[in-house]
Amino acid sequence: MTSTFLTAAPGRIADGGFKYWIIAPAIFLLLLVGIFPLIYSLVVSFMRITMMENDTSFAGLVNYTHLFKDKRLWESILHTLLITAIALPIELILGLLMAQLFLEKFPGRQILVALIVLPTIISPIVAGATWRLMFDQRYGPINQIISWFWGSEVVALWTINPNLVYPAILVCEIWQWTPFMFLILLAALSNVDKSLTDAAEIDGAGFWRTFRNIVLPAIWPVMAIAILIRGLDLARIFDVIWALTQGGPGTKTETISVYTYSQGFKQFETSYTAAIAFLVVALLTVIIVWAIRRMGLAK
Amino acid sequence: MAAVRTRRRLKLALRYLGAIALTLFFIFPVYWLFIISFKTPEEIFAYPPAWVPKSIQFANYAVLFKDGDAETVLNSLILAGASTVIAMLLGTIAAYSLVRFKTGGENLAVWIISQRLMPPIAIVFPIFLLYVFLGWVDTFHGLIILYTAFSLPYVIWMMRGYIEDIPLELEESALVDGLSRWQVIWKVVFPMARTGLFATAVFTFVFAWNDFLFALVLTRTEVTTYTVQVTHYFGGQSNFWAKIAAMSVLGTLPVFVTVAFLQRYLVRGISMGAVKG
Repeated sequence: MTSTFLTAAPGRIADGGFKYWIIAPAIFLLLLVGIFPLIYSLVVSFMRITMMENDTSFAGLVNYTHLFKDKRLWESILHTLLITAIALPIELILGLLMAQLFLEKFPGRQILVALIVLPTIISPIVAGATWRLMFDQRYGPINQIISWFWGSEVVALWTINPNLVYPAILVCEIWQWTPFMFLILLAALSNVDKSLTDAAEIDGAGFWRTFRNIVLPAIWPVMAIAILIRGLDLARIFDVIWALTQGGPGTKTETISVYTYSQGFKQFETSYTAAIAFLVVALLTVIIVWAIRRMGLAK
Repeated sequence: MAAVRTRRRLKLALRYLGAIALTLFFIFPVYWLFIISFKTPEEIFAYPPAWVPKSIQFANYAVLFKDGDAETVLNSLILAGASTVIAMLLGTIAAYSLVRFKTGGENLAVWIISQRLMPPIAIVFPIFLLYVFLGWVDTFHGLIILYTAFSLPYVIWMMRGYIEDIPLELEESALVDGLSRWQVIWKVVFPMARTGLFATAVFTFVFAWNDFLFALVLTRTEVTTYTVQVTHYFGGQSNFWAKIAAMSVLGTLPVFVTVAFLQRYLVRGISMGAVKG
């Protein structure tokens, strides 16, 4: 098919470079934002550029050895992993349960789905700002509601108390992105062949067995992509933290993105930031390749 | 029989109960944001918090327009709009090259989509230094180029799928009829793929519209976006509640309206085409 297309209109075969011309602008832009920063980071990470000095001579691995001694860096990676490890399974399971609930058609279903999806299309920074107002110890409704159940007045400092900041961040994150999982899984579940599940039911397979043996394999390709997208987004979490705690109290909720930002734009540790950026890309690449293999996404 | 029907009804009632409870949980913070933007200062700082404002008043919005803060929404609109149009044009012709000419083979396609996985924090610092060097910090074209580049992998990925669905015979007969390659793209490919174009454009737009990190780093005063403006109202001890809420609503409403109109494209766009919808 393609060959006929390529030889069609032989008079115009002179436009042999056409296929390159039309892809060139996109490639150029991708090189600009994808490859240039990496090469730049690699070069600069072997120098000694800080706020104080501008030493561009070869500095060896000094920045890279510093990575291993930087306690704050590894803590920030740990915080990121912690948030991802808690939020991702909850979003997935909650999204799946909700999709199951909305799978059968009932009057008003469309409207409810449309309303549930709203948090996902809000800007993460606005979502964070909204929960900042919700969590306010005095004028926010969260403490008010808790007080009703508690029986006496509760004054919880959600964005300041070290024991409460993570729950606050997680609630915001799960609130915003569970609808994303829900929407994708609802579509995937709707595409599952109903005759297969019905047949399994007639054969006496319970809900759980039907789900494991028929539904899950059918929705897995879509589910795996949803997990991958969400996992990556969680690994780079920045906006919500910025709006709620800015990494505080102290550095208690500093994630890898927040820490990199502060090294680059508050401390102006140019060379060291470049080394961190390289570490982040390397770590993520390893995780992504592993995940894609593991989830059977590679064709 | 009667027992079965009662059970059915009970099940439906439970389903409704669950569905409505969930909807309330997900919608309540949005509702809260909206009502704060309509409240008077006395009501915002009433204790205990009021769940229904006594009256709807727009003074909080009027202030934003008077001070010029509302212009940041316009900045977001220009940035997101321009980058979406450019990304759709460049991305679609690039996808066309990948699909019809197999340019670069499967490797190039995989490389392009892998660029979508690049963490913004890893590139924003080098980009910032580059932009300082070029004098592009706090300019419209600087951010438009960045947003465009960042959207391209997604656009190319999505449009690849839609272009594959266009029957090749249409393009062949257009070529035989004497149309140039460019004309084929403009007169056959774009119109045939318009559903896909819309669906992809919505998400490209929303991505740029909702961005915070790039705008935080690369803008100062001239092209501040609404997301950055919202954070200007945060305070360590006291927040500018009314302004946070009103600014957030101004920035959120356009997205709500867009998505409401284009709801049927939502699922396919959100899942990067993994779900045919």
